[in-house]
Amino acid sequence: MNHLFPILTALAYLLSFVLYVRFLGTGKKLTGRLGTLVLGLGLVSHYFALLERSRGLHTVPYHDLYGSMSLFGWLLALTYLGLELYHRQRSVGAFVMPFILVFFLAAHLAPADRLSPPAAHGATFAFHVTLSILAYAGFALSFVLSLIFLGEERLLRSHKLGNMVWRLPPLELLERMSKSSVLVGLVSIAIGTALGFVWVDRLSEYSFYDPKYVVTLLVLLLYAAYLRLAGTAAWRGARASRLCVFNFLIVVLSFTVVNLYLSQSHRYF
Amino acid sequence: MEIVLVGLNHRTAPVEVREKVSFTAEQAQRASEELRARGILEETLVLSTCNRSEVYGVPPESSHECAPGLSIFLSEFHSVRPDILSVSLYHHYDREAVKHLFRVAAGLDSMLLGEAEILGQVREAYRFAHERGATGPVLNRLFQGALEVGKRVRTETELGTRPMSVAAAGVKLAERIFGKLNERKALVLGAGTISEQVVSQLRDRGIAQLQVMNRSRDRAEELAKQFSGKVVDWGEWDTALQSPDVVVSSVSADEPVLRRDIVERAMAARGNRALFLMDLGVPRNIDPRVAELYNVYVYDTDDLSDIVQQNRNARASEVPRAQGIVDEHVTKFLSWQASVELVGLVDALRKKMREERASFIRSRLEPMKHLTETDRAQVEKLMDEMLEKLLLEPAERLRGEKELRRKIQNVEALRDLFLSNREKP
Repeated sequence: MNHLFPILTALAYLLSFVLYVRFLGTGKKLTGRLGTLVLGLGLVSHYFALLERSRGLHTVPYHDLYGSMSLFGWLLALTYLGLELYHRQRSVGAFVMPFILVFFLAAHLAPADRLSPPAAHGATFAFHVTLSILAYAGFALSFVLSLIFLGEERLLRSHKLGNMVWRLPPLELLERMSKSSVLVGLVSIAIGTALGFVWVDRLSEYSFYDPKYVVTLLVLLLYAAYLRLAGTAAWRGARASRLCVFNFLIVVLSFTVVNLYLSQSHRYF
Repeated sequence: MEIVLVGLNHRTAPVEVREKVSFTAEQAQRASEELRARGILEETLVLSTCNRSEVYGVPPESSHECAPGLSIFLSEFHSVRPDILSVSLYHHYDREAVKHLFRVAAGLDSMLLGEAEILGQVREAYRFAHERGATGPVLNRLFQGALEVGKRVRTETELGTRPMSVAAAGVKLAERIFGKLNERKALVLGAGTISEQVVSQLRDRGIAQLQVMNRSRDRAEELAKQFSGKVVDWGEWDTALQSPDVVVSSVSADEPVLRRDIVERAMAARGNRALFLMDLGVPRNIDPRVAELYNVYVYDTDDLSDIVQQNRNARASEVPRAQGIVDEHVTKFLSWQASVELVGLVDALRKKMREERASFIRSRLEPMKHLTETDRAQVEKLMDEMLEKLLLEPAERLRGEKELRRKIQNVEALRDLFLSNREKP
């Protein structure tokens, strides 16, 4: 296996992280722009790393832990970059990059999963998996943004302003960014889940009563509730951000306990 | 090609002297024209702000010689007694003058360390003088360098980023919550000087709507008119607190005017939208328990003063970095200046040697009667070739080797050494 693209990707993500941290510390616009540029290069390199793997499998690489984690890292980086460009806000990069890096590196450090070649599941299934992972990436991003919101809000209320508060995005912008990423997640999970049901409908051997369906429905409802409540008098501000953090814990639960012990058909996504 | 600077600032002169020596645009132009007409300076630039009045120039002769003339000129121009002016004026020459200007542009010489306005004032003074033909190659290069220094210091250091007044700190904090204030509304309680300062800051940050509430409606109307705001009747809390995002309070009252129950009611009416309250009154105008309410941020004078102090310390810690940028550009400018002067010096030396060669040959060849005209021409040619050879190599090296030019710091000394009659290149 060619290691060029994975090494280039890891280096680019690491450098981008360093640049974003430096940008947060110094506020130099050029450093921030370089961070974004290097992240973009990392995304391209990561894409080729995934493509290389896909060529062997003839589909999106979701059949093993490596593939799904690496794909998650890529979609997280892609969603973040989109969000950064849309909201013109780079200060969050320093907090998001460690997640991207960890997922990318963990994918490579994960034990080689020698599964038999996957069955030809087709495009519907591939979209189902990709959109689901994109949804989790959106939710992970909103989790990070909500944590930053809660931290900054606490500092502002306690009047303990360090150097960093002046560099972080304004609270209301963090709220908007979090809502944007949840919206990406909700739309993706809704379409992804619908495609999953379409695919299952074509096959008779899979049960309709997988516990994953219940948890996914719960995740969908919780995030829809977040979007609805975040604009109401009782929830706007810190309470909505706490709800967003809680919702992500359910996502993690769905990824770990449900996938590993309860679900029959969902292993890595 | 020397540089001279004569001026005064907030450190050397009291405001009574500064205001007498300040220049309007018309005065700056007139002064520049007179200085050049009288032959005191060849290039001139007047920089006049509320805290400083400085005249930069390139004199026809030595800068040290022209400085007293400049002082007398300033004294006459502004009709200020020379003895009053002399204790306030500072004179800087060459390297020190360059360094001073670069420090000014960087905000290192300002009353408020790192202030942003000075760079704009330097730019404006340069544009004004340049458009009127008062500057030449030296001052053009000098002021372009100063603008570059100012820009670099502001982008590469944190010298000018943090708010340094209570009013500015409060407004910056509001931006930490809401982002840009151009779609936000503000309510100002009180119409005194402090309120005016905050309103001015809010207007600078583009606040969309401004309401003023004051016990005396006349004063409120005056302030509202000055900043295109609206007046709200004193005590109409339910309506007044419904729409603003930022509330600034600076009224004289023994008891808090904004009680917890008033803000609690307002928050319910406004659907808990975030509210930023700046309490600049002493005693405090806002009940401290208001800070416990959800989505309400309260900062009083002490909180904001603490932030200003932290920022002051943070700015001071950036001074060495800013000074580093200044030093780098001073070296760069002096190197450019030296290169121009050195090349000129070599050309002058060449000219002088040619002239001396003619009289030297005449006197030495006179006794040698046996030489024919052809021999004499041959000797002259040989001497010319030798002189060219001696001077050509140094001239080419000076043009080509930046490091060599940097090493030669004192061109004036070389000129004194080789051009004893102080010929100007």
